[in-house]
Amino acid sequence: MSTSTDTIEELATREYKYGFETQVEADTIPPGLNEDIVRMISERKEEPSWMLEWRLKAFRAWKDMTEPTWPNVTYKYPDFQSISYYSAPKSKKKLESLDELDPEVRATFEKLGIPLNEQKMLAGVAVDAVFDSVSVATTFKNKLGELGIIFCSFSEAVRNHPELVKKYVGSVVPYTDNFYAALNSAVFSDGSFCYIPKGVRCPMELSTYFRINAAGTGQFERTLIIADEGAYVSYLEGCTAPMRDENQLHAAVVELIALDHATVKYSTVQNWYPGDKNGVGGIYNFVTKRGKCAGVSSKITWTQVETGSAITWKYPGCILQGDNSVGEFYSVAVTNNMQQADTGTKMVHLGKNTRSTIVSKGISAGRGQNTYRGLVKIAKNASESRNYSQCDSLLIGDRCGAHTFPYIEVKNTSSTVEHEASTSKIGEDQIFYCRQRGLSTEDAVNMIVNGFCKEVFRELPMEFAVEAQKLLGVSLEGSVG
Amino acid sequence: MLEIKNLHARVEDKPILRGVDLTVNAGEVHAIMGPNGSGKSTLAGVLAGRDSYEVTQGEIRYNGADLLELAPEERAREGLFLAFQYPVEIPGVNNGYFLKAALNAVRKERGEPELDAMEFMKLVKEKLKLLGMDPAFLNRSVNQGFSGGEKKRNEIFQMAVLQPKLAVLDETDSGLDIDALRIVAEGVNALRHPERAIVVVTHYQRLLNYIVPDFVHVLSDGRIVKSGGKELALELEDKGYGWIDQAAEPAGAKA
Repeated sequence: MSTSTDTIEELATREYKYGFETQVEADTIPPGLNEDIVRMISERKEEPSWMLEWRLKAFRAWKDMTEPTWPNVTYKYPDFQSISYYSAPKSKKKLESLDELDPEVRATFEKLGIPLNEQKMLAGVAVDAVFDSVSVATTFKNKLGELGIIFCSFSEAVRNHPELVKKYVGSVVPYTDNFYAALNSAVFSDGSFCYIPKGVRCPMELSTYFRINAAGTGQFERTLIIADEGAYVSYLEGCTAPMRDENQLHAAVVELIALDHATVKYSTVQNWYPGDKNGVGGIYNFVTKRGKCAGVSSKITWTQVETGSAITWKYPGCILQGDNSVGEFYSVAVTNNMQQADTGTKMVHLGKNTRSTIVSKGISAGRGQNTYRGLVKIAKNASESRNYSQCDSLLIGDRCGAHTFPYIEVKNTSSTVEHEASTSKIGEDQIFYCRQRGLSTEDAVNMIVNGFCKEVFRELPMEFAVEAQKLLGVSLEGSVG
Repeated sequence: MLEIKNLHARVEDKPILRGVDLTVNAGEVHAIMGPNGSGKSTLAGVLAGRDSYEVTQGEIRYNGADLLELAPEERAREGLFLAFQYPVEIPGVNNGYFLKAALNAVRKERGEPELDAMEFMKLVKEKLKLLGMDPAFLNRSVNQGFSGGEKKRNEIFQMAVLQPKLAVLDETDSGLDIDALRIVAEGVNALRHPERAIVVVTHYQRLLNYIVPDFVHVLSDGRIVKSGGKELALELEDKGYGWIDQAAEPAGAKA
């Protein structure tokens, strides 16, 4: 392939498009972690005392926990005392409207393709923009408000809807859940909150866009979505960060709750800075995401396209508590260059006749290591439950790796669990076949990879699917040569 | 159209082609026959630009250009088509979508406008009829789960859509039952054209009952050892490849 090698090399060294840094005056607290820092964060956010108490309990629990070592990734453990846990763009006064937003911050989001001006936005998508530790803007609030939908930053929800936050925060991911969930519970800065009232179908996609900007900080956002009886919501999450030589920590918690007959669709396109070709820098993405199908016939769908981060460690899962509830997980995870991902899902069947579907597509290129780890647990009382799992791995080149660790626990005899797995390599043969029909190597790889991911992409909302396809193309540029 | 001179090629360190000379003009159908291991598929692969073959000597001119200087996709866009002996499966990629991308790549090169979905469907439906194929076939993944016969038929269908100048059919008859063979051959015959050349690579004479060649060449041990008209194929059928080896100067060990 001598003729195509040049262009491939060129593309491989192409820079991460979102790697710029915004110069903005920030209020950043000193690095380090202790109870005083937790209090300081709570104070900055003008939180009620119950929230602070919850944070402190989490912090005390975290102190007794240790960093998990079971994921199939290797990295230098973060020094938690050298991270700053809160950084926010300074604003002189409280924002009355979107027009008062710091022009630098607004420009940042414009540059990322997320205009915060409601007129300019994609019709049908409301955005909550999170810049470092705070939510800086939420669009279409009023329009959603007319339907009784609450879509705001987490901090705002703590102040304005304490009864809802109090009832649900930690109800799906308790602060004792794991090391990073405990850390997040202690120091979480902001995130999105969303409540869809009974019987309401949210008329637009809700979306949060996370941007890490400040150096030496971590981002610890917390998202809570509640779909009340019969409600429906589709939620999108996107993220980017500047290119830096040091690793930055992103430890988020997302909790979803679906009551009787409610549906929550949560889609993520994760494009944190992956580090350079040699594995220098990049985001540590250690995230706990879980949904609870609390009500009968409720449904939660996770769809994720993971192309960024140096290390990814996340298992969006569903607790299928309500009878007849449905959990779905569709995932494409790409590791190129030195990236490592250990990702998968947990489907815990508690209710009767509960169903879950897992479709995981791992793509490894360069020296990337991609691990699928999934748990399917069917409890004794979850009779007549079904799971179908499909894990496919695609290898590009011969220096990458794919690993699969399925865990299955079934405690009754009336349930069915199916697991299918495959590993394939993008063959020279496939590429040659496409080229012989007139397609370039890049187009051939794109076509093959997109074909491989098709079952996942069709679960994404339209605009996102297009975005994901493009992103995949960029992430894999230079991986064949 | 195609002029091969003293072509030598090897796979890793093993020389396979050891001085092939061949001239093919527009409108002609040439058959390349030979025993297993004689270098037939290597010749087809070298023409298409498969990079596991290394050309060590000789040259290939294609419509006046140096073919060996062109990347595989450039050759394809210039109208060189290879019907694969083992068509490759591409899971999840829609057959119709794949073919549309290929056709538009070729059309772009020719300076023709790209076809939109409607125009493409109209063209394709016509060609499907030619090979007696069901339109549902377009919605399946490229070659995935196809029977041997369907795969070969798909190759000729692609050829019908892409309208190449030079088509190389590599063992298109292998794995076909007699009915499928007839359909495939009829498809190929419908594509015979004064401006198109076809090179049929085959082990057996059987295919040549249906696709009657203008010239037959016998490849043995990396060289064309005998050329003739269509009668040569029948003679071979009769006497076997051993007859050729005796006729030609005995060459080293055969694979």
